[in-house]
Amino acid sequence: MEKSRVKEKRLYWKLFWSTFQLSAFTFGGGYVIVPLMRRKFVMNLHWLEDDEMLDLTAIAQSTPGAMAVNASVLVGYRVAGLSGAFISVLATILPPFLILSVIALFYTQFRDNWAVNLVLKGMQAGVAAVICDVVVSMGWNIFKLRRILPVIMMVGAFVASWFFDINVVLVILICAVVGAIDTWRRERAGKKEGKKL
Amino acid sequence: MIFLELFWSFFQIGLFSVGGGYAALPLIQSQVVDTYGWMTMTEFTDIITISQMTPGPIAINAATFVGTRIAGPAGAAVATLGCIFPSCIIVLTLAFIYYKYRNITMVQGTLKGLQPAVVALIASAGLSIVVMSFFPAGEIALSAQAVDWVAVGIFAAAFAVLRIWKVNPIWVMCGAGVAGLAVYSLL
Repeated sequence: MEKSRVKEKRLYWKLFWSTFQLSAFTFGGGYVIVPLMRRKFVMNLHWLEDDEMLDLTAIAQSTPGAMAVNASVLVGYRVAGLSGAFISVLATILPPFLILSVIALFYTQFRDNWAVNLVLKGMQAGVAAVICDVVVSMGWNIFKLRRILPVIMMVGAFVASWFFDINVVLVILICAVVGAIDTWRRERAGKKEGKKL
Repeated sequence: MIFLELFWSFFQIGLFSVGGGYAALPLIQSQVVDTYGWMTMTEFTDIITISQMTPGPIAINAATFVGTRIAGPAGAAVATLGCIFPSCIIVLTLAFIYYKYRNITMVQGTLKGLQPAVVALIASAGLSIVVMSFFPAGEIALSAQAVDWVAVGIFAAAFAVLRIWKVNPIWVMCGAGVAGLAVYSLL
């Protein structure tokens, strides 16, 4: 009994520490964390099979919110149940939480410095370019589908948000309903023809 | 009730940012900048800039930053909690469905269906950042004096570098910062 408690504690600590490190050294966020998690949990620690990691990644991508948080909830849950999920989420949000708390405290003094101001002015143009680059890549993928509905949705959502200031949440909800109906229809059509989507 | 507002606002950001990565941007802008005025457009852009160079997802970074400034460490904790709460519930529910039925194609299909809207909303948020960067007065104006030509130049160079050589955005941001410091202080 005592022995298994010790073992459990060590597992929790290992889970906390490995997730904390992953989070602290993943820059740029998003999907970058997935290959790193795979290396740690599948190859180093052997906590998961490769197939399962792929499935967990698919679930994490299908869930709203930050990818890194979703993936660590799943891995934590798989390794040590609900307490595992709790521990790995805590470890994932702690590094950005601590860093941004410090930045928020000093932001005003920092921002008023003339050199910092000029650097950030340059970086604003840079960040605008980064987002435009992402949009072009993602938008191109939509056109490559060669279907009319996604393109209409894309243009419609942009017009609604940019020109008519329609609430972002409303746009997402409407498009989710359209997307669900479209998926359901295509899946049914696919079944009739006896092939998978 | 500022804590309730923070929680609810970031709860919505967590719940509706579908599609990962930059999908949270339009929601953060809509909630934090437009609805509550907790950040200016410049601060919003600064947060994205900071997020490019520090670890952690943009939404968590924004939650901590806004929470701290509005209501100290407790505010940061509440906002962050609100942000991750929906993910935790949904991801565990989906995992349950997945292990039980081995099938989440309906969910995945719906999300794929959302992709065009996500692109459009990120484009809209990105465009407001472009406008802010190009027009220091904050409004689109059709006179040459109203345009910050240095910003236009940095933008064009950064965009070209990203498209052609697929450079890591962190380096592009650093380059843009150095260029900003050099060119603006010479002018």
